[in-house]
Amino acid sequence: MIEVKNINKKFGDRAILSSASVLFEQGKINLIIGESGSGKTTLMKCMVGLENVNKGEVLYDGRNFIAMDDREKKAIRKEIGMLFQGGALFDSLTAEENVTFPMTMFSDMSAEEKRERAQFCLQRVNLPNAGKLHPSELSGGMKKRVGIARAIAMGPRYLFCDEPNSGLDPRTSILIDNLIKEITYELNITTIIITHDMNSAIEIGDNIVFIYNGTIWWRGPKEEILKTENPEINAFVYASEFMKKIKKTFS
Amino acid sequence: MNWFFHLGRYFILLRKVFRKPEKFVVYRTRFIEEVDSIGLGSLGIVCIVSLFMGAVLTIQAAFNFTSPWVPLYAVGVAARDTLVLEFCPTIVSLILAGKVGSNIASEIGTMRVTEQVDALEIMGINSSGYLILPKIIAAIFVHPFLIILSMFLGLLGGYVAGVASGVVTSYKFIYGIQYQFLPFSITYALIKTVVFAFIITSVSAYHGYNTHGGALEVGRSSTKAVVYSSIIILLFNVILTQLLLS
Ligand SMILES: Nc1ncnc2c1ncn2[C@@H]1O[C@H](COP(=O)(O)OP(=O)(O)OP(=O)(O)O)[C@@H](O)[C@H]1O
Ligand SMILES: [Mg+2]
Repeated sequence: MIEVKNINKKFGDRAILSSASVLFEQGKINLIIGESGSGKTTLMKCMVGLENVNKGEVLYDGRNFIAMDDREKKAIRKEIGMLFQGGALFDSLTAEENVTFPMTMFSDMSAEEKRERAQFCLQRVNLPNAGKLHPSELSGGMKKRVGIARAIAMGPRYLFCDEPNSGLDPRTSILIDNLIKEITYELNITTIIITHDMNSAIEIGDNIVFIYNGTIWWRGPKEEILKTENPEINAFVYASEFMKKIKKTFS
Repeated sequence: MNWFFHLGRYFILLRKVFRKPEKFVVYRTRFIEEVDSIGLGSLGIVCIVSLFMGAVLTIQAAFNFTSPWVPLYAVGVAARDTLVLEFCPTIVSLILAGKVGSNIASEIGTMRVTEQVDALEIMGINSSGYLILPKIIAAIFVHPFLIILSMFLGLLGGYVAGVASGVVTSYKFIYGIQYQFLPFSITYALIKTVVFAFIITSVSAYHGYNTHGGALEVGRSSTKAVVYSSIIILLFNVILTQLLLS
């Protein structure tokens, strides 16, 4: 469980997040949705400490991350798996080495065990034959999938994904959604996903947080977001013709 | 004010760089990779520059010593002193600042803007230590070898050019090289080299590590890395010469 309390974040004098408070439950898939530029990535980066917050607390199962010193932060970060919006794979390493990297750093696994584990993770993101390729030889969607494989390699307690299925075809997208779902329920971890894709939101989300202009506009289980009358949410959720049709059939 | 800001941030970064490594084996592998890229990668340019500059220095020295009162072996003495005291440690380090420095800044800068540095941090790795420490240690380790090689090749170039062009005889040149040779001048040159190696790698890494934005800023960081490490090398050249030779 991760609890965000009253986070304020400014870039220069531009307030990006103002008094954002929200609770992300354990064993559930928590989605963050909102327009482009509304501050979703910034919120995630503040939570993991890649951006310094101007004010506020982030509690990982009660432990206040913001107030920790570097050593304690490191300990928490070993429990975090994160997928970046652009993949952020290490250019100098192959896909397989990218996945084994955290194992090399933090475990005493043998080369054989690491390779097996990496192969297993790559298999799960449907890239069994990409192990030997460098990031420059992978497509955007493949990079993203290797990024997910790397994020789950060490069995994280907290999984952060920034747009895991943008740039993927519908089938691969569903595959990734299912993978994240399985991992979340199997390991009973706290999963937070930023997404634009209402399809996958309805598919896998348990709880949904809607960010609007840097504030937490709405939070609730996914069933309710389809029914709410809030105009900003409706404008976002029912932006596409497809979703409008769904709404009609529902009502 | 701006200077103090950079200076402060530079030392804060250095303090993080020299924290205890997470895993020694991984750092050792990184060190070997960096020795390969910083050392072997610079071998070609160091060889070419040293051979040619040694040749030119010798011919120029001979050209300047036209007076019959100056003995012929003075050409060897002059070539040896310029090469060992100044040319090899300082000028070659400046050339390495251009090659190694821009390489380090653009590599780390690119990793920064593509969030690879963030990815390291998120895994709980000290990204500055992991990326920068092996580079600093590798340069401090390998630059002295490059400079010694440069001295040797500079003298060889001088010998070949001097003898071939007939401005000095083989015997006189070698006599000149050995004439009143102070072994301390090698120590002095190597002390300078080590300090310069540290400056090149740490200043360039600082500029790369603090890149924000995109490809444009990476290019800018890499230029800044070369400019600032060169200026700081020249500054420390004066300071060290004053300290060691006066
Ligand atoms: N490093 C930065 N410096 C200054 N402003 C920034 C920085 N990073 C983000 N911003 C600003 O913060 C706002 C929120 O950005 P953020 O990346 O969080 O958006 P987002 O919701 O993730 O959008 P998207 O869906 O397009 O990824 C944007 O208006 C952006 O201009
Ligand atoms: Mg984003």
